[in-house]
Amino acid sequence: MEYAIEMLNITKDFPGIRANDNVTLQVEKGKIHALLGENGAGKSTLMSILFGLYQPTSGTIKINGKEVLIDNPNIANSLGIGMVHQHFKLVECFSVTENIILGREDVTKLKTIDLKTVKKKINELSKKFGFAIDPDSKIQDITVGMQQRVEIIKMLYRDAELLIFDEPTAVLTPQEIKELMDIMRGLVKEGKTIILITHKLKEVKEVADVCTILRRGKLVDTVNVAKTTEKEMAELMVGREIDFNIDKPELKLGEKILTINNLNVKSNRGTNAVNDLSLNVFAGEILGIAGIDGNGQSELIYAITGLMKSESGQIILNGKDITNFEIKSRYEYGLGHVPEDRHKHGLILDFKLKENLIIHEYDGKFSKKGILDLKLIDKYADNLISEFDVRSGQGRETITRSMSGGNQQKAIIAREIDRSPDLLIVVQPTRGLDVGAIEYIHKRIISERNKGKAVLLVSFELDEILDLSDRIAVMYNGEFTGVVDAKLTNEKELGLLMAGAKLEEISGNE
Amino acid sequence: MNKKNEKLLIPFIAIILGILVGCIILIISGKSVNGLLVGLLKGLTGFDIYKPHLGFNLRYPGEFLVSAMPIMLTGLAVGFAYRCGMFNIGAEGQVIMGSLAVTMLAILVPMPKGIGAIVCLIVGALAGALWAFIPGLLKHKFNISEVVSGIMLNYTAMYGANYFLKILPGTNNQRTVDIPSSTKLGSSFLASLTGNSRFHWGFIVVIICVIAYWFIIEKTSFGFSLRATGFNKEGARYAGIKVDKSIILSIMISGALAGLAGAIVVQGTFGYGRVMTAADNYGFDGISVALVGSSNALGILFSGMLFALLKVSQPLLQINGIPREIGEIISSSIVFFVAIQHAIKYILSKLESKKHKSMVNSKGGTSK
Repeated sequence: MEYAIEMLNITKDFPGIRANDNVTLQVEKGKIHALLGENGAGKSTLMSILFGLYQPTSGTIKINGKEVLIDNPNIANSLGIGMVHQHFKLVECFSVTENIILGREDVTKLKTIDLKTVKKKINELSKKFGFAIDPDSKIQDITVGMQQRVEIIKMLYRDAELLIFDEPTAVLTPQEIKELMDIMRGLVKEGKTIILITHKLKEVKEVADVCTILRRGKLVDTVNVAKTTEKEMAELMVGREIDFNIDKPELKLGEKILTINNLNVKSNRGTNAVNDLSLNVFAGEILGIAGIDGNGQSELIYAITGLMKSESGQIILNGKDITNFEIKSRYEYGLGHVPEDRHKHGLILDFKLKENLIIHEYDGKFSKKGILDLKLIDKYADNLISEFDVRSGQGRETITRSMSGGNQQKAIIAREIDRSPDLLIVVQPTRGLDVGAIEYIHKRIISERNKGKAVLLVSFELDEILDLSDRIAVMYNGEFTGVVDAKLTNEKELGLLMAGAKLEEISGNE
Repeated sequence: MNKKNEKLLIPFIAIILGILVGCIILIISGKSVNGLLVGLLKGLTGFDIYKPHLGFNLRYPGEFLVSAMPIMLTGLAVGFAYRCGMFNIGAEGQVIMGSLAVTMLAILVPMPKGIGAIVCLIVGALAGALWAFIPGLLKHKFNISEVVSGIMLNYTAMYGANYFLKILPGTNNQRTVDIPSSTKLGSSFLASLTGNSRFHWGFIVVIICVIAYWFIIEKTSFGFSLRATGFNKEGARYAGIKVDKSIILSIMISGALAGLAGAIVVQGTFGYGRVMTAADNYGFDGISVALVGSSNALGILFSGMLFALLKVSQPLLQINGIPREIGEIISSSIVFFVAIQHAIKYILSKLESKKHKSMVNSKGGTSK
């Protein structure tokens, strides 16, 4: 069999930790090879070795059967290895073309950039692989999905034969994911080879031919995707049986906790992000807000939590009009908030874990006369860390930045749930997390509901909304196109609502 | 390497490299490196190796501390604002306003002994705080960078202060009359201890400020909110911290520390107000001190001493036949090396991985 890339018996040691332990990865030419594993399983390390960012402690790399030494990314590039990073490396105020050629500018005799040739080449690539991209638009004006395509073209422009996709779907909408899958199939058809780093089984099942599974730095197995079920792969990845079924007892509706009347919110750009929107959330239910990113969900949540001002309308929490309250007093009236962006809002990354755990109440129960009660803080942090199984290098003293995404999110969930808020707002709670962490966080959210709390969930992942919610409100253009019972709806109906069709129209057609 | 070691190691490496640069320049220009070391030692301890029979002249350490005290205070000032995410480049102006307020109060308002000095200190701190309030408010209301308004206010303070000092009775082109002894910090006792240096009670103010700085930043809930704001403004806002309040308060406290520096210079070092043609640079030295001291109380204490030593040793260097500018070269090289600490970190990590690699290789070699 012909392999495009072979990584043989790779071991990589970091001080105190073995990130890859005798891992072998053989990727066939012209195939999509998935690399599956939880956060911290060693996927990124393995790929960083292939990309020349790290040197393996032992082991060899072969490209087309020939042994090679890759000790910096430029060598990887010249060997035809290209990486599409999870966080794009693009210059926002440059055009698509400028970003693509950056670092590899074709020049004319006068040493000016040869835009003509460049554009021709980009258009050819774009046409060949169906990218449908305008080479003249600026990065800041195009969608995230389009930006990702720019990253892909950038690799193709550099004649990459092997493309590594690092968690490519984490930032995409369902439609964009589908389009990306098509692009990947197209690339393979043209003879390219793809390594797909992911922890999403659905994607592996959908596009990959072969799947290599890593767990805790070790190779678990390499399987033929067509012959393996999602459940089997999940269990290989996690190393134990997984309970995909969520235990959700019958809905017991309580009092009205949150009422929103005719709310209007302007976005940062000054456009109307939330239009005259009204909503009730009751104790004991999970209300899911579905919709494609950018339809006013963020602004709605910012208005409720106080991060953004409301233009007009009313927000009533526990009978109290909190529309113009300070953020802090909203928390005091029973609000909990797991924010969409855990790095920007949820955590102070340079703080110790324990400091992040007390961030709402540092001047309340954790200080006496303005002086921090360090003993109480330590004790509280230790309790919370063990109760929510937050893992980190140095326990409560760990600098939060050094923790994995899953554990960072667990810390936020722990902090918010422990305050036992009457209304828990969770936005994108499992973005970028692995199966184990997702399973855990979902259980915690449901148990809040079962305790009789009101939960407002915003997610761009339809599966998550369908799994967790009791009622689903679909948001489009700052309005609700429909509020439906989660048991009586389906993906198709939700998809139509997400695209802007009104509920009345849909039911009228049926 | 863990984070904590790295925090200590980087300034240390920077200091060594800075001194090394100084030495290399001396060697290139054909001067003796010994002269530098002898001069520094004498500035620090008053002991002259070339004239050992004279023993320790305590006037030198006394003067060394005199020049260390104000820049420790301005170092604390810049560091405090920095911990809350503000760059108080206006410390210079706040020092000047502290000095001005103290000079005017002391000359114009008769005060009883004992209380007078303390009242002056408080007024100096208040003047600095109020001067710092301006950039704080501008930042809060109009999102104007505190760096720009701070620099402008430095000039405003200097020329404005000169105007007011000159209309005080008895002021000539260089200085005002002496302030009354009831407001001075100097003491014949301290002077007699240190060979008649200008060493004064201001050192108590400095010690209190260093401890208060450490305590507020590390131990109080107020310090917690400042640090949160400094690290991540949006995150602090999400947590319910009143970010604008933190910002204005932190720069005012910073200004108060700078104002105190101005106060002890007038009340202790000189005993009169000075009409200035150019700024003293206490505020700007404070920026270097805070930077090298990683905005941490103990770090600022030591880096303040280091910069003061390099400053007071300059005349001594000259006596030993070494150009005085070498002191400036060393202190600016140190700042330079701290500023490029990412490069130092990078080199350190390279060295470490090389060490690691060679260990692995030698292991691999023996196993074969």
